[in-house]
Amino acid sequence: MKFLMGLLTFVVALVGVFVFLSLSWQALPVLLVLLALWMLLTHRGQQAASVTAVGLSTLAQRLGSSAVIVVGIAGVVAVLVAMLAMAQGYSDTLRRTGGLDTAIVLRGASAAEVSSVLSHDNAIVIADAPGIAKDDEGKPIASPELVVAANLPMKGGNPEEDFGSVQLRGIGEEAWKLRTNAKIVAGRRFAPGVRELVAGKGAQRQFDGLEVDHEIKLGNQLWKVVGIFESKDAMESELWGDADVVGPTYRPSGSKSSSAVYVRLTGADAFEPFKAALTSDPRLQVDVSTTDDYFSKQSEGTSKAITAIGIVVGAIMAIGAIFGALNTMFAAVASRAREIATLRAIGFRGLPVVVAIMLETMLLALIGGVLGGLIAWLIFNGFSASTLAAGTTGQLTFQLEVAPKVLWTGLKWALAIGFIGGIYPALRAARLPVTTALREQ
Amino acid sequence: MKYLHLIWAALFRRKTRTILTLVSIVAAFLLFGLLDAVRISFAEAGKSANGAERLQVGARLSFIQPLPQGLGAQIAQVPGVRDVAHANWFGGAYQDPHNQIFTFAVSPNYFDVYPEVEVDPEQRKAFDANLNGILVGEVIMKKYGWKIGDKLPLQSQIFPNKEGSKNWNFDIMGVMKSKDNKAFQSQMIVLHWKNFDETTPYNHGSVGWYIVRVNDVNDSDRVARAIDAISANSDHETKTMTEQAATANWIKQLADIGLIVTSIMGAVFFTLVLLTGNTMMQAVRERTSELAVLKTIGFSNGSVLAMVLAESVLLLVLGGVIGLGLVSLISMALPALSGGMITHTSVGAKSWSLGLALAIAIGVVIGALPAMRAMRLNIVDALAGR
Repeated sequence: MKFLMGLLTFVVALVGVFVFLSLSWQALPVLLVLLALWMLLTHRGQQAASVTAVGLSTLAQRLGSSAVIVVGIAGVVAVLVAMLAMAQGYSDTLRRTGGLDTAIVLRGASAAEVSSVLSHDNAIVIADAPGIAKDDEGKPIASPELVVAANLPMKGGNPEEDFGSVQLRGIGEEAWKLRTNAKIVAGRRFAPGVRELVAGKGAQRQFDGLEVDHEIKLGNQLWKVVGIFESKDAMESELWGDADVVGPTYRPSGSKSSSAVYVRLTGADAFEPFKAALTSDPRLQVDVSTTDDYFSKQSEGTSKAITAIGIVVGAIMAIGAIFGALNTMFAAVASRAREIATLRAIGFRGLPVVVAIMLETMLLALIGGVLGGLIAWLIFNGFSASTLAAGTTGQLTFQLEVAPKVLWTGLKWALAIGFIGGIYPALRAARLPVTTALREQ
Repeated sequence: MKYLHLIWAALFRRKTRTILTLVSIVAAFLLFGLLDAVRISFAEAGKSANGAERLQVGARLSFIQPLPQGLGAQIAQVPGVRDVAHANWFGGAYQDPHNQIFTFAVSPNYFDVYPEVEVDPEQRKAFDANLNGILVGEVIMKKYGWKIGDKLPLQSQIFPNKEGSKNWNFDIMGVMKSKDNKAFQSQMIVLHWKNFDETTPYNHGSVGWYIVRVNDVNDSDRVARAIDAISANSDHETKTMTEQAATANWIKQLADIGLIVTSIMGAVFFTLVLLTGNTMMQAVRERTSELAVLKTIGFSNGSVLAMVLAESVLLLVLGGVIGLGLVSLISMALPALSGGMITHTSVGAKSWSLGLALAIAIGVVIGALPAMRAMRLNIVDALAGR
């Protein structure tokens, strides 16, 4: 019977936790106001408030054991928030790269830019499609781009062994008009027709020798880095050079081909007619999507995987923290058994006692959650990481983003751990037989 | 050893507390075991005995850059080279372009350099005889429920065939097996390079990369340099590495697994030390009078210290063994659950010994303070409850 009750409590607590974990942040103030109203207006609520106050006033004496809850939960939250921040930073970086008013045209059934090939003729046809914005000279803003890879030595490694892959994008004049967010922060743009490159800030952080006026070796050719650009998205991890020079280096035959054509549309609503025009054109066999759609899809798998790892690791750590919290609160209830029994003897009911102990645990959990979130934010916000991104041939550098959404998830976990860790000790306190508890010690 | 009973009794003096603490420790070591298995499987990728004697020859410019076919004959001339095979990236996908299956177009002697891959001789003969044939890895074969003799429609993400369509059709002629599915070929498809080169209008006899098997493992550095020297200053300079180094480089670019694992474990064990440390402090504080009695009946300061230390080490080791045991159970079930996609997770002797060493170390660290306290206990004060 006792076991069944315990099981029932467990199931109810678990369901409660799942509902709670799916709440948005707006629900928290509502819950807090309801709690405050209950404490102010009802008799039981007032009792609960006073019992809580007594409990909190003795907290200082139990500093050591209370620290177990705070530190345990801070650890869980810090790890969880760091992992979620990594997923967030990764997907945000890729998502920022795309927009609803730019589109990417790939050869049909190509999963990514690198596996797509479009001929020069195709590119001309695509640039003629309706819905493409025009520049000042009346030319359509369509940029045929060639994506290839280059091996470069990594920063701080042995140049013979520690090399990494960087994506090299051959672009034309139109690309700068298309990507208005890309700004040269040092040096200048590359000149057409010569072996000059501009490097993204992310690539510069990752690879050796990407400094203005340095020469780097791609294969057996020397290329000069003439500028550094900043775009705050995935493009920052790339090197850009003139498509007409990059092409012959990599594809001696058919050098005029490109990987994809990017276009700036006159507006988001121009996408559907643009797509319809291209897909119905018998000269072409292409896939058209908005860059927003394309880059979101590219990030999906990896960010889901990172999130899943974070949740699994966080969940196992949370189990440890829950039992730590249970331990501490059971000890706290045991040491205050007499006090609680006295309260019940003079007429306090079970509920206020339960609420008081729950509130105490949740408060400690909240402190732990805030501490963990703070640690994660201080250490990891803006921390650079890199990986071989899906659908590219180079390393993608991105920054961990401890976004409010991520912090809120961490806090919810903290409160949920506090809830489960507090409920059993609270119930035990409320069920304690008054007479035995008073007689003990 | 003769005090084990006493230590055990002290440990389970308060059952609830000890069990709750134990679960926390089990959770920590469960996580440790899982993460360590992941770390090791990444660290040991490519480190097979055959991996060391294989060299990969790719274009220095980048891994997507092809090499000329004639280079193979030149590489074969380098002293110390036993076999030279070559392969191309085909970029296969089944049904949906995002559902990728690694597919290589390989030279006829491809399996000479991968002796760990087992193909039934009959199936091998059938594959060699049919230009449109493919061999499929055992894991993939099971995953999709294909049979030998099936026609397999496969999409190339890059290369069109003669008709300009990227939908290719192949005949499944056999299965590539390997011990414990350890060879990566168990998870991929190979087709004839000749078929690939003749069918797609874009390849023009080029080769993605060469795989070289050397006579002597200790000689591989010299062979690698000699191979790179062949094409130095040409428009197709090569970069030759052992398979092991190439895999390690790839994983390093993917993510710094070691750093991630170490930082998570740091957070976990820091928390664990605090948590169990508190439990031990509580336990000793509670037993002050009992410890005083022990001392009264003749236990020396040293043995009291040792007993408290032993208690905390026992607690940690108990939790560690249960946790690592759970990981072993999980990793046994994992290949079955994942349909053979995860094969490398096993909790080796290394993980166990590292885990146990950690358990003992943490046990000593958290036991130290309470044990010192117990040792310095003044009998008279303790018995008087001061």
